[in-house]
Amino acid sequence: MPTRPASAPDLAPPPAPAAADDDVVLSVEHLSLDFRLRTEVLHAARDVSFKLRRGKTLCLVGESGSGKSVTARALMHIIDRNGSITNGRILLTGEGEPIDIARLRERGRELLAVRGGRIGLIFQEPMSSLSPVHTIGSQIIEALQLHRDLNKKAARERAIELLGQVEIPNPEQMVDRYTYEFSGGMRQRAMIAMALAADPEILIADEPTTALDVTTQAEILDLIKRLQASRGMAMLLITHDMGVVAEVADEVVVMHFGRIVEHGSVDDIFYAPRHAYTRRLLDSTVKLEQSRRAAPPADAPAPRVILAARHLTKVYGTTRSWFGRETAAIKAVDDVSFDLHAGENLGIVGESGSGKTTLGRMLLRTVEPTSGSVTFFGDGEPVDVLGLSRRKMRDFHRQVRLIFQDPFASLNPRMTVRDIVGDPLIVAGKASGRELDRRVAELLELVGLDPAMRERYPHAFSGGQRQRIGIARALALDPKIIIADEATAALDVSIRAQILDLLLDIQKRLDLSFIFISHDISVVRYFCDRVAVMHRGRLVELGPAEQICTAPREPYTRSLISAVPNPDPRNKRMLHRTRFTA
Amino acid sequence: MTVHTFIDEAPETGPATTPLKAGRATSDIGEANQWTLVWYKFSRNKLALVSGVAILFFCLVGLFAEFLAPAIPDASRPQFTNAPPQQLGFFVTEPDGSQRFQLHVTGYAMEVDPASLRRTYVPDPEQVVPVGLFVTGAPYKMWGLFNADLHLLGPTEAGDTMYLLGTDRLGRDLMSRLIYGTRISMSIGIVGVCISLVLGVVLGAVSGFYGGVIDTLTQRVIEVISSMPTIPLWLGLAAAIPLTWSPLMVYFIITLIVSLFGWTGLAREVRGRFFALRGEDFVTAATLDGSSERRVIFRHILPSLTSHILAVVTLALPTMIVAETALSFLGIGLKAPIVSWGVLLQEAQNVRTIANAPWQLVWPAGAVVVTVLAYNFLGDGLRDAADPYES
Repeated sequence: MPTRPASAPDLAPPPAPAAADDDVVLSVEHLSLDFRLRTEVLHAARDVSFKLRRGKTLCLVGESGSGKSVTARALMHIIDRNGSITNGRILLTGEGEPIDIARLRERGRELLAVRGGRIGLIFQEPMSSLSPVHTIGSQIIEALQLHRDLNKKAARERAIELLGQVEIPNPEQMVDRYTYEFSGGMRQRAMIAMALAADPEILIADEPTTALDVTTQAEILDLIKRLQASRGMAMLLITHDMGVVAEVADEVVVMHFGRIVEHGSVDDIFYAPRHAYTRRLLDSTVKLEQSRRAAPPADAPAPRVILAARHLTKVYGTTRSWFGRETAAIKAVDDVSFDLHAGENLGIVGESGSGKTTLGRMLLRTVEPTSGSVTFFGDGEPVDVLGLSRRKMRDFHRQVRLIFQDPFASLNPRMTVRDIVGDPLIVAGKASGRELDRRVAELLELVGLDPAMRERYPHAFSGGQRQRIGIARALALDPKIIIADEATAALDVSIRAQILDLLLDIQKRLDLSFIFISHDISVVRYFCDRVAVMHRGRLVELGPAEQICTAPREPYTRSLISAVPNPDPRNKRMLHRTRFTA
Repeated sequence: MTVHTFIDEAPETGPATTPLKAGRATSDIGEANQWTLVWYKFSRNKLALVSGVAILFFCLVGLFAEFLAPAIPDASRPQFTNAPPQQLGFFVTEPDGSQRFQLHVTGYAMEVDPASLRRTYVPDPEQVVPVGLFVTGAPYKMWGLFNADLHLLGPTEAGDTMYLLGTDRLGRDLMSRLIYGTRISMSIGIVGVCISLVLGVVLGAVSGFYGGVIDTLTQRVIEVISSMPTIPLWLGLAAAIPLTWSPLMVYFIITLIVSLFGWTGLAREVRGRFFALRGEDFVTAATLDGSSERRVIFRHILPSLTSHILAVVTLALPTMIVAETALSFLGIGLKAPIVSWGVLLQEAQNVRTIANAPWQLVWPAGAVVVTVLAYNFLGDGLRDAADPYES
């Protein structure tokens, strides 16, 4: 039951608006949200105030746990059952009488009219926010009929018109298609069409492009921006990506642990940040715009190759017809060859479906290649990895290790940190008892964790700390090569930079080479010496990181690089990006 | 134009929270293992907690049946057939009108219906039968091991009657029979589930871990077994038990029959979990660490399953109990002198009993209903708490 302090004024008409504030369509005043947890009350939002203005975009920036999403959802009175609005008002001004959304009854007629009718919402996951058993058209028509008095035929025509507006090709046919027939970007467009169905005054976009590739992200942001301008909507964009903020925001609100720590125009925030947290956030974003790797001196000896991949190919869904003819369905990886030098960091970038993860898994043989070869030049003889027996593979796996993307799924939640980090040592028979304990403590110290924490279970650690545990496990057996598969993708920006610095630091101390698989070009640029760009299973371009990022040769690489949002509001890159058509 | 504002304070280091209860340190959660977390989650489900206590109570009753039962289940007194339940009283009125504490039951007055010559009993408040705690009574052999004659509750003088739940058509104490029946009915479920557990976990794990042909084969077998209509099959198998076998032997065969059909659901559940876990990153990590298949299964996958298995087992137990009850009720399950709830129900199978001595139906049926419900609530609670790591 939400409790309100007695001091909160009753629903009175808002103070006579100043002439300049005529544009305000929604104002949030001193909003506080509490969530009841098992042992404590979490103050997810504390005294949050901001205003949304017609035709302007307000970006709500913050890392995970900052309360940005719960705040945005509270604007539509979408609050989990254990949560409540404890204080503040959400005044929806604009046409007609002002409404305080914070006081509307759940399931009340007024609230339903506001949701979708006056405020539209776009979610992060286009894969799960659309119904798989209804056509795209019927979902948009439903939204239309809920808020507008339209008959079936008129609603259908309007739905087609909306799909046209969000630039879905052939809207007359696509309106009858099902969700699975749409790609991620197309689904997000359909989702936008649905949110816009009732001509809302306000559009809330909750990380609308986080799940999408950079090129798709650029297109979607472009589209949202244009639709907003043509309709004069106010927009609240929630994001953790400072690059996106710089590209689209007019005003920025920075949230940290439930409080607004800084609020100002986009130029002020980027060029004159006042709060220490904002500065830290910007620093770690900007830091990733440069390279940490020094270019090798010109007279350096020819680098030694440590791993060589030749003509690696993986074909999925090969079906043999009854007459013995083979038909290939999908070539996930198509004839990829590269060398990894000792002490080098090789980046593999590409969008989803480009085959970069499959390539990484084939090097470890957790996915068996259809054809090609992998040769490992360790201490002794060169090893043909694909011809190794299962027993010999264990030896290879000790020297070539993997760091996973998801720091939550990659650690067994039922084992203590000591058991997790020590497991490879026990299996290899390298240490036991006291020696094991000492070695684990050493490894934890190496990755910057307190060895006293080794009796704890993974759930006691944050995402960044868990990733450190994963790194300690990978280092346990003194490997030669580490394959990091999107190792920083699930982490917040500031922690991302920390983890990358940690890996570079460890590399200096131990003789290591990295293969760094990522979709994030800035991370690869920061971390890698050379970069391989993959597109639809093929290796498009391979070259020094600086060259790939500043002067790419291939048209695909150029379009990819130019779609990366630039964290500088005075130099927006995305709007004049090059497009790649193939 | 927007005003540039900011909070002139250092950034906070953690989320703002207010503890609900002072005292309990939240830091110990970091060192809490799986079972502690399961218990935290489970203990918030009050219904499941109460059910758990009820199950524990039934188990204890079954375990100490000899001591708890006031009499021997087979001791019959023909002069008290179909006698109604007697009320337990605490105070007796002395001749001088004062009240005195004395556990007692009221005796019976017998009436003979002049038309049908049928004997009926009515409690007679004039007659007071003193009863006591920890009294010596009928001798028994505790767990078949040593002789004893101590009973928790019973008439202080031998030969007196105390039928708190009434008697059956042969004049046997229903309460004692119900308590002995608890032992058989509860244990048949547990023993049956243990057999199912071994079959289900082994076949499910093999099927889920290796997949391919092995999986297809196991799954088809499971489908064939679960497609058979159970009651006729039980009937057939139970009818095939030779009449000459001892009641104990019959008991084991019945548990075997019941459990042979109970393992399929468990195997499917385990297989599904194995499939899901096989793709988890931490299992891949274990494989890349060089762990053998055995180590991956026993060190990494099975510990993640135990709480789920426990929940499934708890939900499988009531079906076992109901199956035994059904078989015994149909007269092909357990037979006298073994007493189970199903046997008791079978004895209450005719209209005359229901009309004249409804307690013979109400108590055993009530016991079955309460146990099955409690197991289901407990199982549901365990299932919800089984994965404390999902957000």
